[in-house]
Amino acid sequence: MSRILQSAGERRAETHPLTWRLHDDQSPVLLEEYLDTQGYAAVTKALEQHTYESLTEEVKSANLRGRGGAGFSAGFKWSLTMKGEGVPRGYIVCNADEMEPGTFKDRLLMEQQPHLLIEGMILAGIANRAKQGYIFLRGEYHLAAAAIQRALADARADGWLGADVRGSGWDFDIALHTGAGRYICGEETALINSLEGKRANPRAKPPFPGQSGAWGLPTVVNNVETLCNVPGIVNHGADWFQALSGDLSSDGGTKLYGVSGKVNNPGLWELPMGTTGNRILELAGGMRDGLTLKSWLPGGGSTGFLLPEHLELALDFDTIGKTGSRMGTGLLTVVADNQSMVSLTRNLEEFFSRESCGWCTPCRDGLPWSVKLLRALEAGEGEAGDIELLEQMARDLGPGKTFCAHAPGAAMPLASAIHYFRDEFERGITRPKGEAHADPIPVGSV
Amino acid sequence: MTTTATIGTTIASDGFALDPADREMILEERGHYPYPQAACIEALKIVQKRHGHVPDGAIPAIAETLGIRVADVEGVATFYSLIFRQPVGRHVILICDSSSCFLTDYEELRDAFTEHLGIQMGQTTADGRFTLLPVCCLGACDRGPTILIGEDLHGPVTPGEIPRLLEAYA
Repeated sequence: MSRILQSAGERRAETHPLTWRLHDDQSPVLLEEYLDTQGYAAVTKALEQHTYESLTEEVKSANLRGRGGAGFSAGFKWSLTMKGEGVPRGYIVCNADEMEPGTFKDRLLMEQQPHLLIEGMILAGIANRAKQGYIFLRGEYHLAAAAIQRALADARADGWLGADVRGSGWDFDIALHTGAGRYICGEETALINSLEGKRANPRAKPPFPGQSGAWGLPTVVNNVETLCNVPGIVNHGADWFQALSGDLSSDGGTKLYGVSGKVNNPGLWELPMGTTGNRILELAGGMRDGLTLKSWLPGGGSTGFLLPEHLELALDFDTIGKTGSRMGTGLLTVVADNQSMVSLTRNLEEFFSRESCGWCTPCRDGLPWSVKLLRALEAGEGEAGDIELLEQMARDLGPGKTFCAHAPGAAMPLASAIHYFRDEFERGITRPKGEAHADPIPVGSV
Repeated sequence: MTTTATIGTTIASDGFALDPADREMILEERGHYPYPQAACIEALKIVQKRHGHVPDGAIPAIAETLGIRVADVEGVATFYSLIFRQPVGRHVILICDSSSCFLTDYEELRDAFTEHLGIQMGQTTADGRFTLLPVCCLGACDRGPTILIGEDLHGPVTPGEIPRLLEAYA
């Protein structure tokens, strides 16, 4: 089996807070070893030295930005959680519903180092005065489920979870909730509905989960990688975290970057936040089979396509955001020169169309329509005006038109593919405007 | 006995009896959450584990066990892609069709599977051995194209490997 996690050099606690304990044979780091390597030290420190306000402030000043793709400051999110005397204690929910196309980082953390996630959740629980944590894990991650179940049991038996955590008088426990499919469950409020045993339709915001989330109580939803960064911040401080990225980025910390597609050495690397795309692609051994890179997605199917010239940019939220794309999950998907942008965009829109929960009209009806147009273009049966229509749809599916970010996520690769590779789309137009398309393939078919 | 669900369908519970062990497991799951509805998805997965899919009769049985409405269970059972509402093969083959696998020749692999098994995506072989379904990104993009058979992740899978790969699944 190939190694998912690879190293650009020696992995050390001070420089690789997410991966320094991981084994080359990919076996999980169990409780005893975790405890021997500073494990749960941050929980002890937080319980002894922090108030919930000071803990939140530490994470806020570290500028830990959400690693699920949105890049929202985790500490700021925590500061908005309703909490305090007289407010019922709510929930910490870990979003472990990793289904973003091209993203394979959280699986590694959960399979190989579940205690780091549990420790991060306990800290988030203290900072947000939550009474219970849930790990919302996608149903297909069987190995991760087993590793987490074992780690939860071990942590509970050793007093890190449950009533009176390590004699502190603080109660907090975590349960594993496994899903049953559907990408939309990764959307924060749809995830909460799914956790409650409902259809995973998103909720209107406000109220935000921090005010009224799971079962109407204050709820914080954080990504796996985000939570795994918290123990290091508490152990070593916000300044240390900021320094990890040095001059490369104003965002603190390291990032699990990765590459997939036709490269020589696909995999994951823990690198300083703000590492360039060129460096990451170099670690991935460059394109294979003599291929040339034509385009790339910086962090999942819901991010916008970029060009080879953008590889010199720092991969962080603000820098990539300025290009009109998003860093998203920071795992690059590369497209080779002999691969069709029209076909790839059709594949992406098929994905978003199938995964739409159907709650809002633009998403439910617009996405299948875009697939129909893209299939026609791919088959060389597009008609004049199709590209403009797709561009209009990308605008109409943009932010603010729907309950959640699913449709805007679908619009981003669509709009950017047309923007940068319009000629490829134009080659699919062979009919004058108004002439009916060939019999379309039913979009709902698998 | 039949139970009329509020969504307008009549769901017969005749012939379906919740296995006592499954019922116990569902009740235990209920204890993990502040409200019983939250155990609904897990309950469906428990039933599916035993029967391979979720027969219609299981819907009112789960509703009764959890003390929630039949329509709420049905609504959930028809939403999630990994809850199967008709019989599937002994082994469900989930083929990742997301972008990274698409770029590492998913379509070629999918066509090789459909040809080898003589079925289309969404169908089950006549001997009841395999069902082919698409799935969202399996989170193993470094190994694309990837598939999941039961609980086993495989990747990268080449068309030529299919016959030998499937031998392990009787």
